[in-house]
Amino acid sequence: MIEGISIYEILTLSSIVFFVGVYGFFTRENLITVLMSIELILNASALNFVIINTYLYPDFLQGAVFSIFIIAMAAAETALAIAIIINLYKLVASVEVKDTEKLKY
Amino acid sequence: METILFYILSALIVVFSIASVSSRKILRAVTYLLFVLIAISGIYFLVDYSFLGAVQLTVYGGGVIVLIIFSVLLVHHIELELEVTPIKRKIIAGLISVVGLGITLWAIYTFPFTNATNYKSIEVADIGRKLLGYGDGGFILPFEVISVLLLAVMVGAIVIAKGKKLNE
Amino acid sequence: MDFSYTILIPLIPLALFVILGIFSKKIPASISGWMGSIGLGVTFVLSYYAAYQYYLNGKVNGVYQPFIYKYNWMNFTDKLHIDMGVLIDPISVMMLVVVSTISFMVHLYSRGYMKGDDGYTRFFAYLALFSFSMFGLVLATNLFQIYIFWELVGASSFLLIGYYYTKPSAVSAAKKAFIVTRFADFGFLVGILIIGYYTGTWDFQELNNPEGSVITNWASTSFMGLSVLTWALILIFMGGAGKSAMLPFHIWLPDAMEGPTPVSALIHAATMVVAGVYLVARLFPMYYFIEDGFALQVVAYVGAISSLFAAIIALTQNDIKRVLAFSTMSQIGYMMLALGVSGYHGHDGLGFMASMFHLFTHAMFKGLLFLAAGSVIHAIHSNYLQDMGGLRKYMPITHITFLIAALSISGVPFFAGFFSKDEILTAAYENNILIYISSVFVAGLTAFYMFRLYFGIFWGKDKEYEHTPHESPMSMTIPMMFLAFMSIAGGYIHFSKYISPDHMPFEAHLNYYLAAIASTVGLIGIVLAFIFYKKENNLSERFSHAFGIFYKWTYNKFYFDEIYLFVTKKIIFGLVAKPSAWFDKNVVDASMIGIGNVTESFSYKIKGMQSGKFQDYAMGFISGGVVIAIVVFYLWIN
Repeated sequence: MIEGISIYEILTLSSIVFFVGVYGFFTRENLITVLMSIELILNASALNFVIINTYLYPDFLQGAVFSIFIIAMAAAETALAIAIIINLYKLVASVEVKDTEKLKY
Repeated sequence: METILFYILSALIVVFSIASVSSRKILRAVTYLLFVLIAISGIYFLVDYSFLGAVQLTVYGGGVIVLIIFSVLLVHHIELELEVTPIKRKIIAGLISVVGLGITLWAIYTFPFTNATNYKSIEVADIGRKLLGYGDGGFILPFEVISVLLLAVMVGAIVIAKGKKLNE
Repeated sequence: MDFSYTILIPLIPLALFVILGIFSKKIPASISGWMGSIGLGVTFVLSYYAAYQYYLNGKVNGVYQPFIYKYNWMNFTDKLHIDMGVLIDPISVMMLVVVSTISFMVHLYSRGYMKGDDGYTRFFAYLALFSFSMFGLVLATNLFQIYIFWELVGASSFLLIGYYYTKPSAVSAAKKAFIVTRFADFGFLVGILIIGYYTGTWDFQELNNPEGSVITNWASTSFMGLSVLTWALILIFMGGAGKSAMLPFHIWLPDAMEGPTPVSALIHAATMVVAGVYLVARLFPMYYFIEDGFALQVVAYVGAISSLFAAIIALTQNDIKRVLAFSTMSQIGYMMLALGVSGYHGHDGLGFMASMFHLFTHAMFKGLLFLAAGSVIHAIHSNYLQDMGGLRKYMPITHITFLIAALSISGVPFFAGFFSKDEILTAAYENNILIYISSVFVAGLTAFYMFRLYFGIFWGKDKEYEHTPHESPMSMTIPMMFLAFMSIAGGYIHFSKYISPDHMPFEAHLNYYLAAIASTVGLIGIVLAFIFYKKENNLSERFSHAFGIFYKWTYNKFYFDEIYLFVTKKIIFGLVAKPSAWFDKNVVDASMIGIGNVTESFSYKIKGMQSGKFQDYAMGFISGGVVIAIVVFYLWIN
């Protein structure tokens, strides 16, 4: 618990980070920067877990443990995503989002 | 003191996260992201959860950022400027984000949180017991699953990144 | 006594079929012919051993006991279940002997006849399949098992008729045989289901027990003035009539002669076509006791009419195999009418015995006739009587064996056919004088058309042949000689000691008075044929001109094919099939296609919304989530 700071302020902070990440996810044109936006989103949610655990249920540790899991997942996801990006770069010599529109009809 | 520190950290986080998603130079964007992650670990330290703060610093600050920088260096020139996003897209995305933020904040501020009174700091030893506990409320199974997942991701990342050469 | 080894009799051909069928490309012709012949030789020995053992020791207190080996295959209720098994009783053992003899002889014969054919191994695989199905049919313990094998013989008959599948006529003949018998089998199946529903059992022992609940309670349910069981029996007879080429389901049999001649001998003369007779004989107590034998009367009249009808058509046909086909139909009609006039107890069972007796002798001499005809066809490569003449000089063995078979079928004394035919005539005389007169007339016709063939092929004008015809190889003549022996010796077996409806032997004596009439009629037929066809003359043409329209009708088989074609093409296709095809195409299909078209065009219109950019999709997802959140909160507040 931080003196003088209620849970509202911290949740506000994490929400802002989350939506900044969402904005970045929508607008970025480069796959690596999109990946960075995802990191922001994940961090915001990990922060939420920790804060809610500390402020509301200090007797339990679930939130703390899950934040660790989130970090592990995020690391794994990053490694995999970067592997895919590098492979894509080998194939199409680009990591721009507009070059990945093969899904289109 | 802690209050002031929190506000400083919050300001850093907000400013640098916005900078990170809007900078047109990719290496700068990565650096801004690093600042955000370090600031978030500062918040973990502030709430006396120093273990997670340390993990955040090492895994994110040390691992993920380095990984991203390497991939940037592999596929880009350092001085390369990113393409400009169409303004229309920026507006739509900004609108959705702002509305989403608004509704989230509104939900947060209308919900009456009841703060716990028996505050205590989170000990590393407790985390360890919890993670490896197989009794009531233990997390040994997810822990193992995560470890297997990490292994699989490692193998998968190697296989995918190795890929196929273009001329084959 | 243990008869469990008889299960091998069907299983050996099955194994042969599987081996020859799977490896038909790998096994060379020289081996596959021997494999088939040796396999069937084993079943031949086993069948004769079973017959020897059964007829000598199968009696308890003077009654032949059935031996049943079965296992429960499918249970419907406690009482109604389908078993698979082996039933050994006098008629099944007799059929085993017939089927294994003819099948073995045909296998031996085919080794020579089919030599050099591309599908040699395939042919033997089909023959093995047929033998397996026929043995299974004969040994069946219940109605459903017999039905399964019944369909199997139909299928193998289809395969063998269409053996020369590059010939369009063979393909259409195979189709015709299959469709006609299939249609008749539909009646059989309905009959089986009626019996299953009303009596709760399909087991022959329970159905056929004269004191059993099935027969004693026949009157309990009736439908349109007859007992339902009578209907069931008539429907079952419909199936039998289809297989046995009785009127009006006979049209497939002449066309079935498109198959190789050994097949005609095996399937379409000796074994499969008598399955209908065997079926009626199998259910004989039911036919006899239920509704005082009403269904049996139907059998008798259908048999008598078919026999007369086929004999008349046979007079005018020029394709020798077709003559033999109609002759087969006529003789099966004999067997049916003999069953139809039979009684049950003691000497009354003469008709039943005579039918089985005639089945036995007919298999021998008709099989021989076909094999001899095949030998002739093999030598001169034609089926038509006008291409033949004077062959006795070139083919002495074929000539002699054919003559023996012809004498036997014509009922000349001391040949097998004489004895069996005489028993049939006696039974008919004692029960139904109308049928008797028709049968005697048919006997004369039979002698006439058989000797018309005989004189036409072996005497008559000496033809100039492109290649001098020569006698067939040993592999073909030996089976013919064996069957010729059986065509004489078969008549001296005292069938009444072995076979009777109530399984009790009785004494049957030749009725010399009736025998004299029958043989005289037969001899008259032979003499007439001698006058007409021994030397070339125009008597037969003058005769056919004298009969004019009647001759034309007969020559065209009384236009039965045309009637069927009219019914199917004009009535069924025109009035039923066409409107339903129209409905199917313009309503059912069209609506389905319309749905597809609408979906397709709609998707073309909206496909522009798909950008392929994952961020757009994510944007849609998040904005949707935001909208839902707003709606939920709005509702939550109110």
